[in-house]
Amino acid sequence: MTAAPFYDLHHVQQSYNRRVVLRIPVLRVEPGEILGIVGPSGAGKSTLLRLLAFLEQPAQGAVTLHLDNQELTAETATIDQRRQIAMVFQRPALLRRSVRANVAYGLRVRGGRDHREQIDAALKQVKLDHLAAADAHTLSGGEAQRVALARALVLRPRVLLLDEPTANLDPYNVRLIESLIQQHLAAGNTTIMLVTHNIFQAQRLATRVALLLDGELVETAPVLGFFQSPADARTAAFVSGELVY
Amino acid sequence: MIDALREALRLIFSLDPGVVEIALRSLQVTVSALAISVVIGIPLGAWLALGHFSGKKLVTALVYTGMGLPPVVVGLGVFLVFSRSGPLGDWGWLFTSAAMVVAQVIIATPLVMGVTMSSVAGINPDLRPQLRALGATPWQATWAQLIEARSGIIVGIVAGFGSIISEVGAVMLVGGNIAGRTRVLTTAIVLETRQGNFDIALALGIILLLLSFAANSALIVLQTRTGVPR
Ligand SMILES: Nc1ncnc2c1ncn2[C@@H]1O[C@H](COP(=O)(O)OP(=O)(O)OP(=O)(O)O)[C@@H](O)[C@H]1O
Ligand SMILES: [Mg+2]
Repeated sequence: MTAAPFYDLHHVQQSYNRRVVLRIPVLRVEPGEILGIVGPSGAGKSTLLRLLAFLEQPAQGAVTLHLDNQELTAETATIDQRRQIAMVFQRPALLRRSVRANVAYGLRVRGGRDHREQIDAALKQVKLDHLAAADAHTLSGGEAQRVALARALVLRPRVLLLDEPTANLDPYNVRLIESLIQQHLAAGNTTIMLVTHNIFQAQRLATRVALLLDGELVETAPVLGFFQSPADARTAAFVSGELVY
Repeated sequence: MIDALREALRLIFSLDPGVVEIALRSLQVTVSALAISVVIGIPLGAWLALGHFSGKKLVTALVYTGMGLPPVVVGLGVFLVFSRSGPLGDWGWLFTSAAMVVAQVIIATPLVMGVTMSSVAGINPDLRPQLRALGATPWQATWAQLIEARSGIIVGIVAGFGSIISEVGAVMLVGGNIAGRTRVLTTAIVLETRQGNFDIALALGIILLLLSFAANSALIVLQTRTGVPR
């Protein structure tokens, strides 16, 4: 039984057009946890996920993934190692093909052929089996978001990066997706990062929570402590719904 | 006039060897040229759309200029290059179908390239990183982007075909309209019309129209077929 992967971030800084949008002196994502990431709009949450997904390299510092006793960065990870990571984006972009073909995509690029059963199961999980043959571009926002989750979950990634996976969903589907996320973690060997604007969702799902404010990591704490006895005054303010900068 | 039309149809339906030979040569030259244009134009067009490099704006402007290149001027250029005193005069390509293919490649490639470029640039820029995050290699992601842009690219190929099968000035200059060797539909139509052989000219004109129509229909079928979600 291999251990779940974990991340180490050291002096990480990301900037776009010479503007620093993310500064993280130290952050560890523990093996097997769901780390909730909260913070106001523009705080750098999606940027952090792109760094963890190895889609971007930090302008400074190092993002290291520890996977099966190896230390990987965006530069050194092989394609097979990168394929242990899957990310679900805030605004899903689907292919102009059927829903089924979209869910099949990640499996197909891995070279497999007949995945019908896995794909059908993944679509059933997100309650979209009735739309399997539909053109993905005709879907509603919430349906598209569930396809985006299904196409990542079907890959059984060891690292799952979720950017607002329930932003467009009704309460029933929010519950559905939350239980899928928990099931994925329970299946073992998996580490999850969940960006959410919904602090109740962070409370329900996360083992630890991190607050980003204006690109800065303010506090990272176990979920109970984060909400009940935050160390930083800004965390207390954010949790109680005040505008914090 | 009616007689000419009747005779033209007879020439077509009796598969008159002279007419068939010209039609086949036209197709052969144009299809070869189009194949080369597609092989050059689609990868370069995609690269122009997706790549980041300095001078991209300039290159883009050049490609768009190339899309409107006057065919006669292309013909003149190719003529000069392959003429006896030209840099490639030794190849002996002037007044051969090879020179006609070269001219048609130069006319069609910017069209295929430009349309590929704009259709690939038009697809959602969020798509690529999301495909990468699902495990696609850079090449696999590029391939998926090309598939996303397929309708536009097919339009580019059709436009390329239409522009060169019906082109007369350049192939006349560099091919020379030599019977049995470089005479194609368009140049033959010019010649037969000038000589008053309206029946033959009309027969060749009808074939040219049918070829254009058939190619367009085939590509449209292809386009709707690939457009259906799988
Ligand atoms: N590719 C980019 N080029 C330029 N600026 C960018 C880019 N990506 C992000 N930014 C900027 O970086 C900052 C952080 O963006 P990010 O998307 O990470 O925020 P976020 O916390 O995810 O916000 P939200 O909750 O609204 O999704 C923003 O100010 C944004 O404008
Ligand atoms: Mg975001």
